[in-house]
Amino acid sequence: MATSVLEHRPPALPHAHPKTGIWSWITTVDHKRIGIMYGATSFLFFLLGGLEALIMRMQLIGPNGKLVDPDTFNALFTMHGTTMIFLGVMPLSAMFFNYFIPIQIGARDVAFPRLNAFSYWVFLLGGLFINASFIVGTPPDGGWFGYANLTSSRVMSATAAAPSPGLNIDFWVLGLQILGVASLAAAVNFFVTIVNMRAPGMRMLRMPMFVWMSFVVQVLLVLAFPVITVALILLMFDRNFGSSFFMPDGGGDPVMWQHLFWIFGHPEVYILILPAFGITSEILPVFSRKPLFGYTAMVFSGIFIGFVGFGVWSHHMFATGMGPFADTFFAIATMVIAIPTGVKIFNWVGTMWGGSIRYTTAMLSAIAMVALFIIGGLSGVMHSSPPADLQQTDTYFIVAHFHYVLFGGAIFGLTAGAYYWWPKMFGRLLNESLGKVHFWLMFIGMNLTFFPMHFLGLHGMPRRVYTYPEGLGFEFWNRVETFGSFMLAAGFLVFIVNIIKTWRGPRNAPADPWHGATLEWSIPSPPQEFNFPKLPVVHSSVPQWDARRAAGGELPEPELVSGEDIHMPNPSYWPLVAAIGVFLVFFSLLFIRTWPSWWMFTIFSVLWLFYGVYRWAFEPAH
Amino acid sequence: MAHAASHTSEPGAIDEHHWTSTGMDNRKIALWAFIGSECLFFASLISTYLVYKGKSLVGPLPHDASECVLNGTKQACEPIFEIPLVTLGTAVLLFSSLFVVLALYGAQKGNRKMMIGWLSATVLCGLFFVGMQVYEFYHFFHKGLGYSTNLFGSTFYTLTGFHGTHVSIGVIWLATMLVLAIRGKVPPEKALNLELAALYWHFVDVVWIVIFPVVYLMR
Repeated sequence: MATSVLEHRPPALPHAHPKTGIWSWITTVDHKRIGIMYGATSFLFFLLGGLEALIMRMQLIGPNGKLVDPDTFNALFTMHGTTMIFLGVMPLSAMFFNYFIPIQIGARDVAFPRLNAFSYWVFLLGGLFINASFIVGTPPDGGWFGYANLTSSRVMSATAAAPSPGLNIDFWVLGLQILGVASLAAAVNFFVTIVNMRAPGMRMLRMPMFVWMSFVVQVLLVLAFPVITVALILLMFDRNFGSSFFMPDGGGDPVMWQHLFWIFGHPEVYILILPAFGITSEILPVFSRKPLFGYTAMVFSGIFIGFVGFGVWSHHMFATGMGPFADTFFAIATMVIAIPTGVKIFNWVGTMWGGSIRYTTAMLSAIAMVALFIIGGLSGVMHSSPPADLQQTDTYFIVAHFHYVLFGGAIFGLTAGAYYWWPKMFGRLLNESLGKVHFWLMFIGMNLTFFPMHFLGLHGMPRRVYTYPEGLGFEFWNRVETFGSFMLAAGFLVFIVNIIKTWRGPRNAPADPWHGATLEWSIPSPPQEFNFPKLPVVHSSVPQWDARRAAGGELPEPELVSGEDIHMPNPSYWPLVAAIGVFLVFFSLLFIRTWPSWWMFTIFSVLWLFYGVYRWAFEPAH
Repeated sequence: MAHAASHTSEPGAIDEHHWTSTGMDNRKIALWAFIGSECLFFASLISTYLVYKGKSLVGPLPHDASECVLNGTKQACEPIFEIPLVTLGTAVLLFSSLFVVLALYGAQKGNRKMMIGWLSATVLCGLFFVGMQVYEFYHFFHKGLGYSTNLFGSTFYTLTGFHGTHVSIGVIWLATMLVLAIRGKVPPEKALNLELAALYWHFVDVVWIVIFPVVYLMR
């Protein structure tokens, strides 16, 4: 090591930037801090989405529920879906992208640190924007899929009223556009980071599986988000400027919205699940003390899932009557996706087979992720068949399916990641006893909540309906589901208690508490700002195991170094200024129908954005 | 704090602060990824145009005479497109792609005059194209084609309008580069800054190469 070694944390350097205080967080461009901000923000949104779900479960606990009225129920399921997808699971994945992609590939930061900060601020403002609709009393209520006609602002025929004349859908349309800007900027950033920032020797086929799956996700984001951007633009123009893209009375076609939405929407499903696949593929080998079984097959099955994921969107639309040719094509394509997914599942099982397994909370969650995803995957294959789908569509069977893949899959994977990487991020190990209580409450609660939905769906209980009459046989399982949902909530309360308890506890985490295989375990917990005093040189896909073997089993704790000769990017507030510009542009469009002269405010917002971008572009990055 | 040895001076060591896996600049890869994203953006808009082609309920129509409402009365309308003007705009835009290549060549060779001259020509071409489009929109509007008149109007203005917005952003970017070039801030080692703008500009042109035949020539 070329730099000298210090015993303790380095003192503040003369020209160093402030490392603490609110301003240091506002101007930070450190991928680790941005990752933590993503995590904290999205966990709060996740709790909000969970609260919305609990209110729905209370409403459905018995027949003829009176807790909320139908309009509120519409808003609840719309915002539950929107929040969980765009403000919960996606940014929770982004937390791990931010914190661990650079470290796992041996880089000191992402390719564009300021763009990374910009992504976070735009995401935060977009999330606040879309939820501000509750405060002004017009929450989005057209479903997370925003089907045209339901989301129209004008009268369809002489006898009908306009379905959604208020600002509800405008908040949704413009909020998603803001979040799309954040996602696209982040996706380009991580794409370049993975392509171009790998340490010497870190070839593509040596990258950790989490980085690989994240890489597929970035490609999906880059290619899928522009499609929903266009769909939302067209919908916005329909609502505000009188066009008829999705309006039959002007010659338009509501099904066109469905096509555009699901061309984005299906890849989005893989955007949500593939990071959890990656996390699971990191955790299973470490706690089985065996390398990942079939690494190359895992890589290519992930790529194949992402690729075919663009050719299956119309399986969401079998009920629109597309004809036998389209139905057959999309049914077969959907069934084909089961093959690479099966490859992954067998490889996970093969990884654990014969290993010496340690049942930590992270490992339990990862195993549960595999098991629950199989259930959700199998019911997915069931409704890939159009005749079966026509029976199941719009029933609770579908709700059961996607909660098994998104809660059972994505949330369990992310929970596993949280327990696995917490010591690295905060230097403190989460309490394992509380962790196991959290896990079992979550596991049992999840199955009690969502498994009976299979039965209810097959018995014909429709989804998205605010209540049901007595005597249809829905009472018992609905009560069980509501009970299960409160168990789930209790599980997350235990998690919060665990976080607080750990926070107050001592810094007890060594650099490599789990005997991990990848580069993040070779540096101190938490890592120093520059991650690596010297860029690592990588010779295999398990560099830390190689080092451990070479050292004869035990590795010394890595020492803290001053790193004063390492040049890190300057902090900057221009990303935040530019992000406020993006926010203002879409905020100004919110009132364009009510007060057309607000276009002047739009011009002002665009100028603000340009000003921020120019100052950013001409500010020295180093 | 001892600087025992600078990493870069060790034999076989790498320059840590400028290390990239591919040897390419980060910004170039980022712009290619962004262009990939933009391809899907325009593909969605062009698909929408094609799906709704011929589905308009009233005139004016692009290639055929039709019934439309003009000045409050229903009357026969001429086909709306005027191909010669757009062909001229297309040619100007395509030539601007050549000009920006020449400007970049000047930048890389350190020939400032060449860079500034061709870059000015590029910006002027871009401005001409945007002006052509503004004139065309104005003209079509007075022929009775508002944004919400029919599906043709909505799809046409949306598609060409978003393309025009991209051209305008390209003009602003290239004009910024021109100002920097005049101030002497684009030396050969920073020619990549101009190359990035040029890359974006080529992409905007390529999109128009698709839009021009699909929208204006295809009947």
